Amino acid sequence: MLERIKNSRANQFSLLFFVFLILYFFVPEDENSLLWRLPPLLQGIPLMINNFLDNLMFNWFTIPIWDPDWQMYEDKPLFRLITRSISNFLLFLIIFIREIFLGGLQTIGSLTGDSLKSIKWLYLPALPWTAVVIGLFILGYKLKGLGLALIASIGFFYVSIFGQWEPTMETLSLVLVTAPICFILGLSFGILGYLNKKIEATMQPILNVAQTMPHFSYLVPILVLFGIGDHAGAVATIIFATPPMIRLTILGLKKISPEVVESGLMSGCNKLQLLFRVLIPTARRDILIGVNQVIMQCLAMTTIAAFIGAKGLGFNLKVALNGLKIGKAAEIGICVVIIAVVLDKLSLAWANKQKDYFANLNFYERNKALIYFLCSTILFGIIAYFSAFYFDKGFNYLYLIPFNKGLTIAPILDSGIDWIWETFFYYLNTFNKFLITYVLFVMRDAYLGMPVISTFVLVMGAGYIIGGIRSCLIVGGLILFIALSEYWNRALITAYMATFAVGISAILGIVVGSICARNEFSTKFILGVCDFFQTFPSFIYLIPVILLFGITDTSVMIAAIAYATVPATRYTVEGLRSVPSALHDSASMSGVSNLQRLISIELPLAFPHIMLGINQTVIFALFMVILGALIGTEDLGQIIMGCLSRPNGAGIGLTLGIFVSFICLAVDNLIRTWADERKKLLGLD
Amino acid sequence: MLKNLLKAAAILSVLIFSTTSKAADTIRIPVLNWSSQIVMANVMAQVFEEMGHSVELVPAESASRYEAVRIGDLHVAHETWESTMALPFYEAMDKGGLIDAGSHNLITFEEMGVPNWVIDEGLCPGLPNWEALKSPECAANFATADSDGKGRWLEGPYEWHTEVMPNRLKGLGIDDLWTVKFAGSADALWAELKAAKAEGRGTVIFNWSPNFTDAAGFTFIDFPPYFEGCRLENGGTLETTGCGSPKGWLKKAAHIKFPITHPDAYKFYTKMSFTAPQIGLMADLVDSQGMDHAAAASEFIAQHRDLIDLWKN
Repeated sequence: MLERIKNSRANQFSLLFFVFLILYFFVPEDENSLLWRLPPLLQGIPLMINNFLDNLMFNWFTIPIWDPDWQMYEDKPLFRLITRSISNFLLFLIIFIREIFLGGLQTIGSLTGDSLKSIKWLYLPALPWTAVVIGLFILGYKLKGLGLALIASIGFFYVSIFGQWEPTMETLSLVLVTAPICFILGLSFGILGYLNKKIEATMQPILNVAQTMPHFSYLVPILVLFGIGDHAGAVATIIFATPPMIRLTILGLKKISPEVVESGLMSGCNKLQLLFRVLIPTARRDILIGVNQVIMQCLAMTTIAAFIGAKGLGFNLKVALNGLKIGKAAEIGICVVIIAVVLDKLSLAWANKQKDYFANLNFYERNKALIYFLCSTILFGIIAYFSAFYFDKGFNYLYLIPFNKGLTIAPILDSGIDWIWETFFYYLNTFNKFLITYVLFVMRDAYLGMPVISTFVLVMGAGYIIGGIRSCLIVGGLILFIALSEYWNRALITAYMATFAVGISAILGIVVGSICARNEFSTKFILGVCDFFQTFPSFIYLIPVILLFGITDTSVMIAAIAYATVPATRYTVEGLRSVPSALHDSASMSGVSNLQRLISIELPLAFPHIMLGINQTVIFALFMVILGALIGTEDLGQIIMGCLSRPNGAGIGLTLGIFVSFICLAVDNLIRTWADERKKLLGLD
Repeated sequence: MLKNLLKAAAILSVLIFSTTSKAADTIRIPVLNWSSQIVMANVMAQVFEEMGHSVELVPAESASRYEAVRIGDLHVAHETWESTMALPFYEAMDKGGLIDAGSHNLITFEEMGVPNWVIDEGLCPGLPNWEALKSPECAANFATADSDGKGRWLEGPYEWHTEVMPNRLKGLGIDDLWTVKFAGSADALWAELKAAKAEGRGTVIFNWSPNFTDAAGFTFIDFPPYFEGCRLENGGTLETTGCGSPKGWLKKAAHIKFPITHPDAYKFYTKMSFTAPQIGLMADLVDSQGMDHAAAASEFIAQHRDLIDLWKN
């Protein structure tokens, strides 16, 4: 008996589950019993964090600064002065790029000082949108060819004729500043982590927390430290978008075989040359995936950044949603996706372009693209200048199509949603009632009725079985931190919603992914769909789901599933596609059917990769569950959102944000350990 | 030593970046996500520009903007609703740095209520008198999938009034028929209005006036009158906590240095005082007439030139 348990993991899990059930049913519900709920010993932590933040932001290391308005010295905290200088620097870059696209006088003003301010005609004119579209066409053509040229120019043409030019350029200017910063930071920290094991080990948990912490929990500290505005939005974006770059850089550098390094050393590279001429080019593939992720994440943050002052599409999206203009919001969302696609493809093409060392070109041939661009800009500038006389009422359609004056497909989208409502509402409503009464509430009550001891037995037991005593203690420690707070019940509700969403998303994602990975075309298609939904602002789901399912947990679940299915599908497809085709052939020769091949060969081989996808699914699902607080939930998210207006809210918000990260970290630890072990067994590592 | 070093580093960095610093004299006005607020921000922006100031409109979030006003990153917060924003407003005032620049010339109603069609269709005969809520047939018409057969009150986010509505149900003795659900945001309230209407299901939501919902018709429920201290959390008893909401104010907040740095703009700001129909017009120009916010603001100023000039002088 013991032998059987020792050898079979399935048996170990059954035993664990059995113990869990016994504890579940036999520990009585008693608020004073330690087996039922732990006392909130760590109650004081939010206040401590809050005091720390308060001191950091307002009290520590103050230096007197002369205030010309008050005519007296004012004590300003040093830390905030430093963060504010960073803000100013970021803001200058953002405004500089913005004024190239949209025109303005701030850049010129700040470079020349106040003396020229009084001259009214002195400002930077905007690039006419026509010139930008042609410029993108030329750039795309130079980097890759006609295909990319058409994608880039048609994308921005759409943005312009749909009247989203100004907000799109505002968002674009933010992304054009943040994405390179994320790239540089990510690459440097990645290299540091690769060179030094200790730095890597310290960085891992910080990266995990930065990536999984709900954004709303750190909005107020950012707002105080960096000041409200585009720069604050940029900082929030950098915090969120840099970690994947760091991770992928480390991953790529680690994969390099020692032979490559040795041949580099033999050729006489010094350290820097080795790094930039040998290591980074070799790790290019992973680093490029990192760039892709940076761009996706930067654009995924547009709406959140609008909460702390970033102008552009995110803000317009919030206004449209407040007026329940779903069609308009979807149009704005598509603009976000377009920027993402165009930037992603352009940066990929640029990175993949090989330099032709042997071409012997004259000045014109070398700078053909630039010359064409300058000529077309001048041409369209002149056209725009004269067309101003043609269009009356002050709208110059060849210079800048104003907001809300373009074409729109919003009425069609809106009537589409109305049609869905009219056709399916009664089925949906019946489904909704059934789901809430027989599944969601049952599940919620089951989670809330779970004695703390059985939660720990289940979680730590799973840790022990999967990763031995180390995983057991890590996972236990993370959960203990939450259990010792006064928010354990809310964390259980968050956990229930996340479990449900992850379960459904994982099944959906794996099934859809397995089907689509069968052939080349559907693979490309589904990966495109994944890209679309990853950048399409998730805020947009929040309103239609309320219309269809009311302000209930179902709505939150549907929104979370819609968003969290993306990584499950993507990683399944990628995992299955990476199974070598030689294995397919040898399997077919052994006479297996297609289904057998999928179940007994491909899926097991892709399993580690799929598990990493599930890991991402957990993060995505928790993100949406917390965002679901905007619909109306009773979990951690509700408090995090409420903290924006509470006295001492920053501390509570940050603490609860850390709780959510800890849930992610615990799941991450289990899944990663398991996936690594499977990889070793399969000989993939 | 360390402290000095840090100071030196700070001063250096300030010097490096101060050349690129944003113009300190720009008036920064927050814009939120509903029409009347954005149009009012644009009206102020245009008037301040007429006075010769440079103005920047900054997207913000309704609760956290008070912290930004307090530390001077924003100069004003011009639509401050009593029931939904009093808490962060007074918290910022407690910490110091935010001043009350007067109220708009209107009384706000903030109360649970029903859209007019609910009354027209007779879903709860006797409304707007709250006694109508005592009938079980009425409550049944307001049930939703997750309300366990009870009628549902959809209250705003929990932090707006915390336990007031659940306590009110208890105080009125109708908590066996009705239950309170907290929506997550104002957007969710409007979506619920639309969804309930499409479904033909009754709905009781927290709402306020002036608001864009006034146009479609919205009736507030008459609860027992409010008096100071009637609520449980203000020292009331279970008998009195069923009282309705007080009539509210709509305040204007400003940063404490605003009167010094921009005296003329601050004078305009304190004099500026819109009425409910005017705020309704601001929303209407955008929501019904399809103008963009800046154009709506110009239109509004053109229609109210006398008033604006009066406030400017």
